[in-house]
Amino acid sequence: MRNLIRFLIKHFNFILFLLLEAVCVVFIIKYNNFHRVKFLNSSNSITAGIYGSFSNVVDYFTLKRVNEGLSVENARLRSELVRYKMELNANGTTFLSDSIAATYFYQSAKVINNSINKKYNYITLNKGSRHGLKSDMGVIGDKGVVGIITNVSRNYSTAISLLNGRWELSVKHQPSDQNGSLSWDGEDHRKVQLSEIPYNVSVAMGDTITTSGYSAIFPEGVPVGVVSEVQLDPGSNFYTIAVDLFIDFNRLTYVNVVKNLRVDERRSIEEEELDD
Amino acid sequence: MIRDILKYTGIFVFLILLQALILNNVRLAGFMNPFVYVLFILLLPFDTPRNLLLVIGFLLGLSVDIFSDTLGFHASATVLAAFLRPRIIPLISGKEVYESGSAPRMATLGFNWFVKYTAIIVLSHHLFLFFAEAFTLSGFISTLMRALGSALFTIIIILISQFLVFRK
Repeated sequence: MRNLIRFLIKHFNFILFLLLEAVCVVFIIKYNNFHRVKFLNSSNSITAGIYGSFSNVVDYFTLKRVNEGLSVENARLRSELVRYKMELNANGTTFLSDSIAATYFYQSAKVINNSINKKYNYITLNKGSRHGLKSDMGVIGDKGVVGIITNVSRNYSTAISLLNGRWELSVKHQPSDQNGSLSWDGEDHRKVQLSEIPYNVSVAMGDTITTSGYSAIFPEGVPVGVVSEVQLDPGSNFYTIAVDLFIDFNRLTYVNVVKNLRVDERRSIEEEELDD
Repeated sequence: MIRDILKYTGIFVFLILLQALILNNVRLAGFMNPFVYVLFILLLPFDTPRNLLLVIGFLLGLSVDIFSDTLGFHASATVLAAFLRPRIIPLISGKEVYESGSAPRMATLGFNWFVKYTAIIVLSHHLFLFFAEAFTLSGFISTLMRALGSALFTIIIILISQFLVFRK
């Protein structure tokens, strides 16, 4: 016993080293869960507060680009509105009945922290539970899908970025309506990988990839990117496809959080099916 | 003593903010990402107790982790750097004895000594960090290049900081 104690005292430094490393390994493994340890992430009020006030300062440098982007989006939305109005007038009826009333609601938020150079990237937003945000809501930018909210504090939230190996997005190959799954290999922040598209579908460069709407997180048809490389390995039943993203993750400023107003209803009925 | 604690707390906060707000967004040549906060481990006085060094390393890494949403990775790499430091100093300085209260600075120990000291600790920190993050050896060459490139970047910034801030 005394020898053991002497041993422990003599090698205390090494034991402390192993102990601390063990704590880190526990953190790393726990962190692999989609929903991470509460507080120990960048949505806590201290960390996000610092990011928030810092982004208030540096925002001025991006104002010009943000304004240009917003005005382009404005013009696009306005022209779409005109088109719908014309269609409505042509039909002579208003068919906005209860059945197709808004299922999705958008909440604008500012990106106050973002990374693209890690294997597992996360985004911090300046809106939180006070603004009605919850985990599992989708985040989209002006040009396409950005990520999913994972943690929410009162005033801030963190979202898992599309550039994160721990998340796969259910998408649709637009010309063929085939569903596939999108993931990131951790290399280039402008490219993601599409899998599970069977070999009998014809896939060409430039085909649009959009969200599938299967997950209740994103509406159907939100643009994601275009096919830039297609490869069919001999003996494989599925294509290996590289997709160029529409959205530039290096320049995220403002995003929209998608609230699905009927998500609970949909989940409950899907769970009932599972129970049977 | 109190003054030292205040001084090092200031450096600690400064390095973490520098890392979180500025350096985390820097990518030289698209992949070189400096982690200069490890400088804090390098700067602590020679007579810092080894166990305290480990605890400080853990807290330093954990703070950076919380800011960059990488829980555990930076903490483990920084604990390793803090563990190695007291074992590396005798290797590169031989039998030299340091007066109590003095700390590793380029101004007092010379350029060569400081470069060796910085390079060994930064390299071990970065290699450990990048391979822990990749978690596999599948992209061995690309991970190695990222680690070495970033380490070089970090070392250069640390050396420049020594010329600018800690001049005699």
